[in-house]
Amino acid sequence: MDKLIEVLQQLVNGVSLGSIYALIALGYTMVYGVLRFINFAHGDIYMLGAYSGFLLAPLFAQTFKFGEFDTFTPENTLFILCGAGLVMVLSMAICAGIGVLIERIAYRPLRERPRLNVLITAIGVSLFLQNMTQYRLGADPKAFPQLIPVHVVEGLGNLTILTSQLAIIIATVILLIILRFVVMRTKLGLAMRALSLNPTACSIMGVNNDIVISFTFALGSALAAAAGILVSMDSPSINPLMGNLPGIKAFVAAVLGGIGNIPGAALGGLIIGILETFVVAIGFPQWRDGIAFAVLIVILLFKPTGILGRVEREKV
Amino acid sequence: MLKSLMLEIQELEVAYGSIIALHRISLLVATGKIITLIGSNGAGKSTTLRSVSGLIRARRGKILFEGEEITNRAPHSIVGMGITQVPEGRMIFSNLTVLENLQMGAYRRKATAEIKKEYDHMFEIFPRLKEREKQVAGTLSGGEQQMLAIARALMSKPRFLMLDEPSLGIAPILVKTIFSKIVEINQQLGITILLVEQNANLALEISDYGYVLETGRIILEDKSAALRVNSLVKEAYLGG
Ligand SMILES: Nc1ncnc2c1ncn2[C@@H]1O[C@H](COP(=O)(O)OP(=O)(O)OP(=O)(O)O)[C@@H](O)[C@H]1O
Ligand SMILES: [Mg+2]
Repeated sequence: MDKLIEVLQQLVNGVSLGSIYALIALGYTMVYGVLRFINFAHGDIYMLGAYSGFLLAPLFAQTFKFGEFDTFTPENTLFILCGAGLVMVLSMAICAGIGVLIERIAYRPLRERPRLNVLITAIGVSLFLQNMTQYRLGADPKAFPQLIPVHVVEGLGNLTILTSQLAIIIATVILLIILRFVVMRTKLGLAMRALSLNPTACSIMGVNNDIVISFTFALGSALAAAAGILVSMDSPSINPLMGNLPGIKAFVAAVLGGIGNIPGAALGGLIIGILETFVVAIGFPQWRDGIAFAVLIVILLFKPTGILGRVEREKV
Repeated sequence: MLKSLMLEIQELEVAYGSIIALHRISLLVATGKIITLIGSNGAGKSTTLRSVSGLIRARRGKILFEGEEITNRAPHSIVGMGITQVPEGRMIFSNLTVLENLQMGAYRRKATAEIKKEYDHMFEIFPRLKEREKQVAGTLSGGEQQMLAIARALMSKPRFLMLDEPSLGIAPILVKTIFSKIVEINQQLGITILLVEQNANLALEISDYGYVLETGRIILEDKSAALRVNSLVKEAYLGG
């Protein structure tokens, strides 16, 4: 029985960590879908999401009494969620704008060039964002303001789930549902799917491909920003380099799920998160960061198209 | 400007890097007609259509649509003017459903009620598509994919439709059907057509006027009926 609880406990930890990877991985995979390009600066958008929250929270701290509640109660829950939600949505909007701007300034001029040029540029953008953040806001870790009270959720017996973990999981589920609606039910979502199948055909349908690409960057960046906020609620210390490791792990998650495949990225994120948690739990904490790379090597060797990926059809 | 001219290509030169694909070709498409452009592999037929659609830049020359210059405009704004094409190899969206493909065709149109009616219209013209509405387009047969590609292009409500080798890789019996649909689209919907074909026989049968393209140059043009009995055309394109 204790074993079962223990496994369940690690599973919850893994899912909440995996949710973060999933949210970041979606941006990699969507951008890859429309541009066939890995945006190596994507992990830094996640970092900027956290910093946006860090800078925005003080503006609403009084109105929403950030840090003044010790626990969730039936009376204050809605109020707290409104405040945290507002900071999250605004951060998502800011990062969506930054993502669109980066594509416009750094990537679009290189679109007709060899793929390697834009890949190197993306690494440059990543370094720029990290160094700019260090320069403007300092290289030292910052304490992320408390948007929601973090405590153990009551009534779960021996299972220790923090409110912050629950927030991550619930917010991720909501975001995934919204994303699914956007991709499957809206005109821009349809254009995104069509663009990833055949850009030329999209053009001759009258689609302005640039707008669809901007939209994709906005969507991916907003999800990464949400991940940055959510993670900072759970471990409230942020720094300009915090995007590096999660960024790379989320990239592995996207490859694992099948790069370009949206459900695949979400699935891949969860798997990496759960694996990472279990590797630590069974006594190999030194493998915490290594496991993602081990997974990457295994997929590249045995199933380069990923779990849900399809073999790329020959271009006519 | 002459209202009876739908498309006018003047001295168009297009190159891929250092390889010149079109050597200053000129071509006219009269409103309401079916014009055909025939020529063998690599003659530059697709390149011509691509430059009209704005998919490749013209190095020299002009393209006019109803008297208005459209040379090197963005592809999406060219579609907005009423020009569309069924590209070589069909380029249907293989992972989208038949209906979603049609939806993509209507991308620039706003009125949803009208678009709904348009689906039904397409299914009237191509009944085979109706039965496969929810099917993923990549699973259709070659002929059905061609029908879908044509229907998808029509969804933008074009005034001018270009078709790039619609007979390519399709069973002969379906080719007949597709060509009769092309005539129907021209006559009943009043859409002007520029038809690119290697199957010169059929193309000259249904068209009013034809151009013969050879290695990037127009070497011959005439009424289609006249081209069919032209000895050069007979020898090179109609199998003697
Ligand atoms: N993307 C490209 N890059 C370089 N050269 C190209 C490209 N596309 C076409 N060409 C060249 O331009 C010339 C014209 O090609 P185009 O595709 O227009 O011919 P086509 O008449 O449509 O031939 P087909 O009947 O085989 O479709 C050919 O010599 C071809 O090799
Ligand atoms: Mg061709």
